[in-house]
Amino acid sequence: MNVWQITAFTIGTAGLATLLMLPAGLLLAWLLARGRFRGRVLLDTVVSLPLVMPPVATGLVMLALVAPAGLIGRLLVRSGIDIVFTWKAVVLAMAVMGLPLLVRTVRAGIEQVDRRYEAAAATLGAGPLRVFFTVTLPLARPAVIAGAVLGFARALGEFGATIMIAGSIPGSTRTLAVAIYSFAETGRDREAGVLVAVSATIAFIALAISNWITSRESTGA
Amino acid sequence: MIVLDFRLWQGSFTLDISVRLDRPVTALFGPSGAGKTTVLDAIAGLRTPASGSITINNRVLFDSAAGVNVATHRRHVGYVAQDVALFPHMSVRRNVLYGRREGQKLLLPAVARMLEIEGLLDRRVPQLSGGERQRVALARALMSAPELLLLDEPLAAVDIERRRRILPYLERVRDELRVPIIYVTHDRSEASQLADEVIVLSEGRLVERELE
Repeated sequence: MNVWQITAFTIGTAGLATLLMLPAGLLLAWLLARGRFRGRVLLDTVVSLPLVMPPVATGLVMLALVAPAGLIGRLLVRSGIDIVFTWKAVVLAMAVMGLPLLVRTVRAGIEQVDRRYEAAAATLGAGPLRVFFTVTLPLARPAVIAGAVLGFARALGEFGATIMIAGSIPGSTRTLAVAIYSFAETGRDREAGVLVAVSATIAFIALAISNWITSRESTGA
Repeated sequence: MIVLDFRLWQGSFTLDISVRLDRPVTALFGPSGAGKTTVLDAIAGLRTPASGSITINNRVLFDSAAGVNVATHRRHVGYVAQDVALFPHMSVRRNVLYGRREGQKLLLPAVARMLEIEGLLDRRVPQLSGGERQRVALARALMSAPELLLLDEPLAAVDIERRRRILPYLERVRDELRVPIIYVTHDRSEASQLADEVIVLSEGRLVERELE
């Protein structure tokens, strides 16, 4: 067992997943907080679905979609991209599972932003995009940071969807959570125990950093 | 010339306005709940009338019959709302420069000097007093080179002493920049001191017009 490889792989894929989540998550959060369009409730529900569905079930739905015969998979095959049972599948599973947490947190943050600031920016000639990036987003910054940390933390621990579309291939798709399960299942409790300790350490550090950022934001430094 | 001719419903309240304004400064005067702020919101495009039209200097901003509804950010209407809404996450300087248009004649030093905010530019918004906020908000609106300036009770949040100090700044804007101004107030003496014409609103309707 290579503890360092598994740890680095997990942090790396969770980081990539967070980068993938952010643009989509910010757009969705903004649409849900400020948009007035038909199907808003439906969109809200679909985005939140992975939060309440069994992760394994979400994984199976994703597998059906991105598998070579699936709706999205067919397009990917044509452009020569292979996702299932690769590290890309790990990132995708993590991003989908972390997205609802990011969207909900950022959305709540955007709803807290006083619309009078956005109205003032518009009267000063700022279009919707400029208003979003120069007024809404900076004022919702604590929520964006909190949402990104939550999404990242959720990605780190992702198990159910990952095992469905990425499997547990040592050295290529095996994350901390998946490795712990694989070792425990095959009676290698010592290895599983080491990885549990690593997971706890990462979680501790992530929480400490997030608390530090939150306290720094609230004092306005 | 500004032509307002529109109707707007808001719960049980009805605003029905039809007026042609051609003086430099018009005061909208009336008791609270008369619909003064709603008129400004409609001109700025923050509220959409049910029917009618809004035209500034032959530029149609809204026309329900023609299906025209210019977005707020393309209207070039400066609006200092009652709460002034300075951006709390920016310095005073960044606030004032936020709406600066390309190739406009008005420069920051001139505006800052006129409103005496040169010493405030590097401050943070929470450090400003009520009167300073009003002047900064006014500067910010002016720097966007508006074709029309809307002021909603610019003196309501400040005490009588400060009122006396801010009024001259508004007179300077009126006299030096020659931007047409629509000025909302519920203070009759304020209205006559600054405006060339006073429009009296009551329960969403124009009840009186007086030239000063």
